[in-house]
Amino acid sequence: MRSAFWIGVTGFATLLAVIAAAKGVEPEFRAHAWIAAVCFAAATIVMLRQVRFAPAPETTGYQDDVVRWGIIATVFWGLAGLLVGVVIAAQLAWPQLNVDPWFTFGRLRPLHTSAVIFAFGGNALLCTSFYVVQRTCRARLALGNLVWFVFWGYQLFIVLAATGYLLGITQSKEYAEPEWYVDLWLTAVWVAYLAVFLFTLFRRREPHIYVANWFYLSFIVTVAMLHVVNNMALPVSLVGAKSYIVFAGVQDALTQWWYAHNAVGFFLTAGFLGMMYYFVPKQADRPVYSYRLSIVHFWSLIFLYIWAGPHHLHYTALPDWAQTLGMVFSVMLWMPSWGGMVNGLMTLSGAWDKIRTDPIIRMMVLALAFYGMATFEGPVMSIKAVNSLSHYTDWTIGHVHSGALGWVGMISFAAMYFLVPRLWGRERLYSLRMINWHFWLATLGIMVYAAVMWVSGIQQGLMWREYDDQGFLVYSFAETVDAMFPYYVLRLLGGVLYLTGAVLMAWNLWMTARGRIRDEVPLVPSAAGGHA
Amino acid sequence: MAFLSRHKSLERNATLLLVASLLVVSVGGIVEIAPLFYLDNTIEKVKGMRPYTPLELAGRNIYVREGCYVCHSQMIRPFRDEVERYGHYSLAAESMYDRPFQWGSKRTGPDLARVGGRYSDEWHVQHMIAPRSVVPESVMPSYPSLLATVLRDGHVSGHLEVQAALGVPYSEEMVANAVADMYAQADPEADSDGLFARYGPVTVRDFDGQPGRATEMDALVAYMQMLGTLVDFTAFRPEENLR
Repeated sequence: MRSAFWIGVTGFATLLAVIAAAKGVEPEFRAHAWIAAVCFAAATIVMLRQVRFAPAPETTGYQDDVVRWGIIATVFWGLAGLLVGVVIAAQLAWPQLNVDPWFTFGRLRPLHTSAVIFAFGGNALLCTSFYVVQRTCRARLALGNLVWFVFWGYQLFIVLAATGYLLGITQSKEYAEPEWYVDLWLTAVWVAYLAVFLFTLFRRREPHIYVANWFYLSFIVTVAMLHVVNNMALPVSLVGAKSYIVFAGVQDALTQWWYAHNAVGFFLTAGFLGMMYYFVPKQADRPVYSYRLSIVHFWSLIFLYIWAGPHHLHYTALPDWAQTLGMVFSVMLWMPSWGGMVNGLMTLSGAWDKIRTDPIIRMMVLALAFYGMATFEGPVMSIKAVNSLSHYTDWTIGHVHSGALGWVGMISFAAMYFLVPRLWGRERLYSLRMINWHFWLATLGIMVYAAVMWVSGIQQGLMWREYDDQGFLVYSFAETVDAMFPYYVLRLLGGVLYLTGAVLMAWNLWMTARGRIRDEVPLVPSAAGGHA
Repeated sequence: MAFLSRHKSLERNATLLLVASLLVVSVGGIVEIAPLFYLDNTIEKVKGMRPYTPLELAGRNIYVREGCYVCHSQMIRPFRDEVERYGHYSLAAESMYDRPFQWGSKRTGPDLARVGGRYSDEWHVQHMIAPRSVVPESVMPSYPSLLATVLRDGHVSGHLEVQAALGVPYSEEMVANAVADMYAQADPEADSDGLFARYGPVTVRDFDGQPGRATEMDALVAYMQMLGTLVDFTAFRPEENLR
């Protein structure tokens, strides 16, 4: 009966999408509606073909099918998002690579950011949170098939967001670019996600809620709040893409950066800390270092993060009092951030030898190290004097990538390496040596990327404010653009290295799922002899 | 540790944990954002601000559509080098009708907050079609399709109506005449008395240099040419607008 309900839902949604496609006021909206209609129709057909009249299958044990699908989606979107990143990096070096109108930098850049944050990061969070909450509660996911709506609904959100950008459908709020109807869809999916997660916590067979779940829960509920407030808009037509945001000017600016900074704080930090709190202790086979530290840093982190948004608006037309508040709280945020890093790293005490023998642990340590570096660099850049130089330059881009590639990427890759052998019932991974290669390619890629962006950002910032002894500006803007060329090429190289590592991971995981074991010299000679 | 034993009640009750988290994360936003709506000095008192004309609004929507904000800021900071390079630092009042705001976060290209009137229409058109033909160092994409795409009226009156509902001072007359006003501003031959009566001294020109044909280029250049030109800075008193 449950499947009949969902077939009804997608069938009705198909009908609505076709009507929207017929009535749409803009060609872009009509194209978008057709894409939605095809997705809904495909879902309906797939579900109709799966209708069984036999008794319902066994639903005891953990719901791991959705986690497996989530891993596939994470790896797929990860590769897609990184590839688009490489493409737009190349466009900045060689602008001839822009193809008007669909493949210009202005349309592809939101595609890159949304693909890596929401498609790669979001799927990593969905599938690990479903895995972790079941294990730490010793309970199957609650609310039956609703989790499938969460998973496939989220994929549809990604497809609509991505195709929308290429079509030119955007509300131009960074990391919140999708238009009103895609936002409404995501809201429905997200409420369902919260319900599944919360009701699974309710049916737990453990007295305590494990610390990883605090982070996942606060990430889910805070993102819901941020998403709803920041995207409040009035559409021009119910069958058109365009809407106008309810806030204007300075109020809109602060609402947007309150949202965007906490997309970093809760999507890319709290959620991934949840991941860290499960997978690091598991892989190291050690308990979390300090229970007390986890309480203190959890509450202080989620309280302080929310205040940090105004540091994106230093020296703008935002009133000074708000800028100063944002700066002070951003500097304070350093402490709870490092609380998380310390708790993660110290969990390895007594198991530090594993850095040498276990490439997954090595990845986790690097992730925590980059988390620590990025959350130190962030407060430094939020100081107004520093920000006056760094703002509007590539330094910001470098900062965000050391967090995203170093912390978010590496902890997610480690989780994927942890999960695939377990969920596909394999004894071990296809190749440990390939993880080692992935580790070094990614590390080198991040180092190149971050270092190059420091140099280019600081150089450009200094060139903009360079005066000669007569009191004239030395450089025209165009000259400062010209000076960036070598850095843009090197940054592309960093991205290619990182992408290459991710391709190795995809191959390694694929072969692991197929049950293959690579014939290779062991990474670590066994104690019993091995290499003499 | 007393507070640790009290924390148990949160760890054992998912609803309580959820509500407590939500309360804790609500504080910062309320304290920082809410006052911007009622503190009078948030938006400076200036002369000259008016809502966008329908043609400028259409151009602005093209600016948004193409993601120009990804590389161009519209926010001049109060530093000597920025003021010399771009003009008077930006005021909050100058974006009071901007939904959404376009302050940007990155300057891969220069700031555009006061680009209005700095270059000729012909320069803008040439720069959009082939940026490197006028600025050899530029890394901007070329947008030849703008000149070829006829401007759709795209329910422009609906666009004004929605903004009026949100509080932008578009009168009923402006909404009713939006389509005519949009085409009139791009056509020097048209009767533009109504346009001037409704919006004041706006620029009426054949912005894209293709007479008798309103294109997306007309709209975008009209928007570029008015950016940062509205506020009368001879009447602006910074010391009266301290925040």
